[in-house]
Amino acid sequence: MNDYILELKNITKVFPGIKALDDVSFQLKPGEIHALMGENGAGKSTFIKVITGVYTPEQGEIYLDGERVKFHGPKDAQTAGIAAIYQHVTCYPDLTVAENIFIGHELRYPSRRLNWKEMYRQSDELLKTLSVDFNSKTLMGSLSVAQQQIVEIAKALSMKARIIIMDEPTAALTKRESEELYRVTQQLRDKEKASIIFISHRFEDMYKLASRVTVLRDSHYIGCWDLDAISQDDLIVAMVGREVSSLYPKKEVPITDEILKVENLSRTGYFKDISFSLRKGEILGLTGLVGAGRTEVCESLFGVHPADSGKIIFDGKERSIESPGTAMDLGIGYLPEDRQLQGLILDWGIDKNITLPRLDKFASGVWINEKNETEVAQKLFEQVMIKAQSVHAKASSLSGGNQQKIVVAKLLATDLKVIILDEPTKGVDVGAKSAIHEIMSDLAGHGYAILMISSEMSEVLGMCDRILVMKEGYLSAELSREEATQEKILEAAMVKTIKAGN
Amino acid sequence: MENKLKNSFADYFDQFRELGLLVFIVTLSIIVQIRNPSFLTGENINDLLKNTAILSILAVGMMLVLVTRGIDLSIASNMAFSGMLASLLVRDFPQIPTILILLIGLGTGTFFGFINGLLISKGRLLPIIATLGMMYVLRGSTFLISKGKWVSAYQFTDSFKAMATGSVFGINNLILIAAAVYLIAYYFINHTGTGRRIYATGSNPESAKISGINTDRMIILSYSIMGLLSGLTGVLWMARFASAQSDSAMGYEMNVIAACVLGGVSMGGGSGKVGGIFLGALLFGILNNTLPLINISPFWQNALQGAVILLAVIANVLAKRQVTKKNLNRRIK
Repeated sequence: MNDYILELKNITKVFPGIKALDDVSFQLKPGEIHALMGENGAGKSTFIKVITGVYTPEQGEIYLDGERVKFHGPKDAQTAGIAAIYQHVTCYPDLTVAENIFIGHELRYPSRRLNWKEMYRQSDELLKTLSVDFNSKTLMGSLSVAQQQIVEIAKALSMKARIIIMDEPTAALTKRESEELYRVTQQLRDKEKASIIFISHRFEDMYKLASRVTVLRDSHYIGCWDLDAISQDDLIVAMVGREVSSLYPKKEVPITDEILKVENLSRTGYFKDISFSLRKGEILGLTGLVGAGRTEVCESLFGVHPADSGKIIFDGKERSIESPGTAMDLGIGYLPEDRQLQGLILDWGIDKNITLPRLDKFASGVWINEKNETEVAQKLFEQVMIKAQSVHAKASSLSGGNQQKIVVAKLLATDLKVIILDEPTKGVDVGAKSAIHEIMSDLAGHGYAILMISSEMSEVLGMCDRILVMKEGYLSAELSREEATQEKILEAAMVKTIKAGN
Repeated sequence: MENKLKNSFADYFDQFRELGLLVFIVTLSIIVQIRNPSFLTGENINDLLKNTAILSILAVGMMLVLVTRGIDLSIASNMAFSGMLASLLVRDFPQIPTILILLIGLGTGTFFGFINGLLISKGRLLPIIATLGMMYVLRGSTFLISKGKWVSAYQFTDSFKAMATGSVFGINNLILIAAAVYLIAYYFINHTGTGRRIYATGSNPESAKISGINTDRMIILSYSIMGLLSGLTGVLWMARFASAQSDSAMGYEMNVIAACVLGGVSMGGGSGKVGGIFLGALLFGILNNTLPLINISPFWQNALQGAVILLAVIANVLAKRQVTKKNLNRRIK
């Protein structure tokens, strides 16, 4: 008998321009619940995808029951008894529970005809072992999210999974639903002898369920501890503890008049009673966990999805911002998080992308003045230091960091007073990161007011004059640069859940 | 070495997709010319272009609609309705100046295109469904206003027929109108802000919105232009055949879509060039014109046209994959 049911040694996974996993190791004991923690972007998702065979690592070895294995695709991992359950359940709402459980591995008679009778019988049996109060004929769509996740667990069991990975299963659940999930998870361990990898941002989940925890940070393996032996504070330090260095070239600039003030801004289902103000020359950070409502607040400020109630006061006057066009006319610019989806037209050249928001500026009458357009694009192209063959090169031919610089250049092409940046350095390499930070600092120096959403603690601490923390749609803290620490931010972003839990 | 060759091919194809089509057209023409020397005569070329003019004009509108990720199935019905309305006016009120008749046809076509655009942008209907509905509504309405009767050659005024049959410096009016449409379209698409905004809308609607573009307006505009061109070609169609029938141009929308596809317009939106659809329409016209000339049975014509379309699309897909691969390779460096 081997000590570990699953062991990963020195895994490295490289994506173009970025190391998503760097020498990460991990051991899973049989019959344990093992928590995996780390900030957003620490590499957890990539790590899971390596285990489930979605990604093949460049370096490192995977051992299953002490034997070296190589997964060439998700099917291989499935056959080996590894199943993953994701935060956003991938189910078919119009099919029954049993149909959902057996989709992809249906039972058949020897004649290849589907054996529904057996599938319903087995489903009911599985549901019984998980002691839930719905049966195999219930429609998936009529179940709650937690119940749907339990069906996913049943599905994993029906495939004889021995290792079950749960990726932030409680993120979308209420407290009572979470309790139900805890119960099923424990049952899974005790009755079915399954080994479970549990990913969560909530300390509550971990302390209740897991016996050990592995922490990842910046694509690196930080350590593995018995949960009895590590305090919450030490865990936080392990998750975020890193030197804040020249990655953050923040300059002291005069902070002058108030340019934007938000009062009790609310949008039903997304955020409530958000109030803050922003001054010229200031970099204001907006942080919190993914899903806390940060992006939604900014989308409302930019008119993508206008707020339901509350006031936006811009330059001393109350304004209603109904569309991105209005926001841009006022002088509010937005750099979206998903640059591929929202920020760029990949098929187009850099120049055409840069000038898109302000085409009117280059059009004298009807025609576009292309000479002027290229000149402006060229100037911005050089200003943000895009690495490309020429200003006409297609956006799709550039790396993530350089694509992000195009989006920044696009913002600079417009006449702005307030710039909203949503995760400006997410997924870009270190060089591009520090370049983008330098541009931010320069912009603040020129009197722009900057609102930056970031999940990266050190970026928020390194770049911001003031920090707002959101949690579950509310503002949970406002900290000045001096008083802000990683612990205080994390506490505001997550610890209240623990208090509620205990 | 081999890899380098592939890359340069992809580069070349990306920029000169139309050139491939041109080479194909030239090759086809040479083959036909060898088998039947009457193909490349002035008269036949004039005929060919005249027959292709309406198709090529409509392809411009269809390209804009396809670029916004839409499609318009109602254009042939719109042509029939606008053309029939104009024809009825000519029959019943021959004293109305022809130019006014033409403008009424244009206005009618534009109106229904505008309604399509409204349904699709503000109403959030799928383009294929909205225009399918419009197709039946307009076809039915054509029967209603004409009461199922034809307007025949003798009922048209001479000046109405002259719109399509007349010529300037020996070149047929239809050809001249098509040339004007292409010239305007070229400048509109490549050198105006509005043209570029339409392409942005189709390439990446999210990005376009965040760049402050009113994407609904761009969609409405595209369908309105499509409607305008349908109205124009509807009137020209009646003038050219000197006969307005309720089932005029039935099914013609498919020819237009086919010409766009041949010309390299992506059904996924965001891409399409004026030069491309011109060649696409031309190839379609040549196939129509030459297959009878080289004694290919009419039974074979549709099948051959279809085969050519499939070949062109397959070539396009393969080339696109190469280009994507090349871009990814470049990024890894």
